[in-house]
Amino acid sequence: MSELKQELKEKIIEQLNLEDVAVEEIKDTDPLFGEGLGLDSIDALELIVMLDKDYGIKLDDPKQGKTIFESVETMAGYISKHRSR
Amino acid sequence: MPVYINSIGSVSAQKTFDNSLFLEDVICYNDTVLKIIAPDYKDYIPPAAARRMAKGIKMSTVSAKTAMTEAGIEENEIDAIIVGTGLGCIGDSEKFVRDIIGNKEQFLTPTRFIQSSHNTVAGQIALGMGCKGHNFTYVHSSISFESAVLDAKMQLENGEANHILVGGVDELVDHHVKTHELIGHIKERPVETMSVINSGTKGAVFAEGAHFFTLSSVQRPSCYAELMGIKTYNTLTQNQVPEKVRTFLSEYGLEPNDIDAVIFGYNGDVEFDGYYNGLANGLFKNTAQVYFKHLSGEFDTASGFGFWLASKIIKEQRVPNVVHLNAVPVDGPETMLIYNQYRGENHSLTLLRRC
Amino acid sequence: MTRGVAITGMGIVSAIGNNVAENYASLIAGKTGISRISQIETIHRDDIMVGEIIHTNPVLEKQLGFTPNEVSRTVLIGCMAAKEAISNAGIQTINSERTGLISGTTVGGMDKSEQYFYDYFDRPEVRQHIIGLHAGDSTKKIASFLGLEESFVTTISTACSSAANAIMLGARMIKSGQLDRVIVGGSDCLSKFTINGFKTLLILSDTYSAPFDAERKGLNLGEAAAFLILESDALVEKDGKKVLGYVTGYGNANDAYHQTASSEHGDGAVLAMEKALKTAGIQASDIDYVNAHGTATPNNDLSEGHALIRLFGDKVPEFSSTKAFTGHTLAAAGAVEAVYSVLALQNDMLFPNLNYKTPMKEFKLEPVTAVTKKPIRHVLSNSFGFGGNCSTLIFSKRG
Repeated sequence: MSELKQELKEKIIEQLNLEDVAVEEIKDTDPLFGEGLGLDSIDALELIVMLDKDYGIKLDDPKQGKTIFESVETMAGYISKHRSR
Repeated sequence: MPVYINSIGSVSAQKTFDNSLFLEDVICYNDTVLKIIAPDYKDYIPPAAARRMAKGIKMSTVSAKTAMTEAGIEENEIDAIIVGTGLGCIGDSEKFVRDIIGNKEQFLTPTRFIQSSHNTVAGQIALGMGCKGHNFTYVHSSISFESAVLDAKMQLENGEANHILVGGVDELVDHHVKTHELIGHIKERPVETMSVINSGTKGAVFAEGAHFFTLSSVQRPSCYAELMGIKTYNTLTQNQVPEKVRTFLSEYGLEPNDIDAVIFGYNGDVEFDGYYNGLANGLFKNTAQVYFKHLSGEFDTASGFGFWLASKIIKEQRVPNVVHLNAVPVDGPETMLIYNQYRGENHSLTLLRRC
Repeated sequence: MTRGVAITGMGIVSAIGNNVAENYASLIAGKTGISRISQIETIHRDDIMVGEIIHTNPVLEKQLGFTPNEVSRTVLIGCMAAKEAISNAGIQTINSERTGLISGTTVGGMDKSEQYFYDYFDRPEVRQHIIGLHAGDSTKKIASFLGLEESFVTTISTACSSAANAIMLGARMIKSGQLDRVIVGGSDCLSKFTINGFKTLLILSDTYSAPFDAERKGLNLGEAAAFLILESDALVEKDGKKVLGYVTGYGNANDAYHQTASSEHGDGAVLAMEKALKTAGIQASDIDYVNAHGTATPNNDLSEGHALIRLFGDKVPEFSSTKAFTGHTLAAAGAVEAVYSVLALQNDMLFPNLNYKTPMKEFKLEPVTAVTKKPIRHVLSNSFGFGGNCSTLIFSKRG
């Protein structure tokens, strides 16, 4: 699980071009959107594609993302439960 | 109502992003494509805001901020943002097409598509400034920038706006270069840019750049010049150009010999520079002649560099040697005309005077 | 001098017809043009529905006199609509007056660019499409097809409000005396580029779009071209022209909220509508019908609905979105809906908002769902696009 979290942090930084953010700066429970990392709705769409491409999880309704992408912790939890690759 | 060019901003293949300089250290290239001399974007754009920005948006932001700062115009004073761009953020469009083909329409991400929208520059500048005014984007080859200027002028004259941010931007990307080489629009072999107009070969040296200006109905202390008129033509033959120039000037009560310096958009394409030669050896034979694409390179909104140059010449009251084409001296330039066209199409005449 | 600018001709090609008469017939018959995609190969074939123009490229090329694969579909449909508009306005010699052309497009020749992206290198016979990637190239080719020379010809690309903005610029140029006549509108064909782009935003419906319905699932993309002829009062008088209606109001504003989404309360939309009313010199209560942007995305219809309520209070006029007929035709939408607005004025007829069943829970707004006869003086038409671009046009029976 901690491996997956580390992987997710790296991917988030890379995928969303967060050049000035280091992996260590993202805490597992930090909110990703709004106050925390400051991600927005376009980032949410990018993360939905990442779930599909890297973990074989298809979300059709962007609203589902809201709870899944709350933090790295919630993301890792959802992915480990639903992943098909 | 007069229209004033209150400030300027430029990012080009020369070091023009600093308004205190005026082509003192010109960079000479020996190439077929030129990239911009980029400032340190961090000085202008917070990293969080920059992370999704295409190159075209970054250079536009720098150029727009430079212009806004120089005029001392607050963001909330801007009534409209109008941008011209031949191709928009074409880098993202191309990447999106590559992804569609490469991934067989799967796993595509939205950012590239969003940036592909031609109005993304004007939209993002408005978003950044919180500007809720008129927001237009023109995309028509070499008159993209002129269309934007014309729109702004009309609104200022009609009293619909007081301050408008107007700009032109284009970025250069690989696939675009390679395909335009295939059809001979780009020169086949590298040329010394300083002597590009004598190259005697077909095609142009391609480049990129962003030029922004604040146009206002009121003069600010930073004012460069007054924009008197601007007109575009989709088609013209070489023979028609002098007559169109005369008619255009006469609308402002001017004759060709009233022009103190004329700027030509010579790009060294032997097939189409004849349009300029016709005027250079005719109507404006005894007028000081200025050129600039040996410095800026050619792109759809390269005339933004010409507009920048004319503004600068009028404000500083001098023509740098590096852009002076003939031997006719210039003494205190008051009135300047810019004539530009690309591949014999989309001609524009722009008239500026000292204010 | 009249306050508005006279419309003396119009032309259109869309999923519901190849000319104005066919479009009108479909509108009053409640006949949608939405179907499964047939002319583009895409893996999304079974999970989207679109509004396709019935004619294939070879048919259009033959009709218009282009050689096979000479130009983009955006050019073909643009020429078709512009040609109808010119003939409808009874224009014999296009260069006889100071005539301009202003067209809106988002994709331009992208249909060909995406098809030949890698082929250009070893297939010289498709290289004519390289310059088609320049959005303005489609306008240039339409101008050349019409024989327009030495003229003001430009292209506006402000996403889905492009054609509305082209109409706006044209009206302003006539009013300021820079042109006597101007052909304004827009053209956008379907492409894999837009299909996949909208797909990434997760706003495409897998079924018939249902604007302003609580259960709406997103938009249907469509393709179309439409053009109007605007002429100065002097020219109308000189030629004794029949005037179809007037462009009396226009306004563009930016939502400055998000790159693709509209603000919840529709700030930009309200500003655009207010500006348009001001230009037209009329009150909100003078509007008899609103042709809404109404894309059927959850975000747009909510935002636009709020904006309508903010502007009109509890007296929101009868309104409908005609996008369930045509699909969202992107850059062309503003011109398509301008033609429909003029048809509404000419026939005193409101067109239905198809597929509407369930009221939205956020507010009490119900669109017109049946063809309705009603005297109409002023129609307000909205077009909103990415980049926060919001445009409103007002069309009136009298100038």
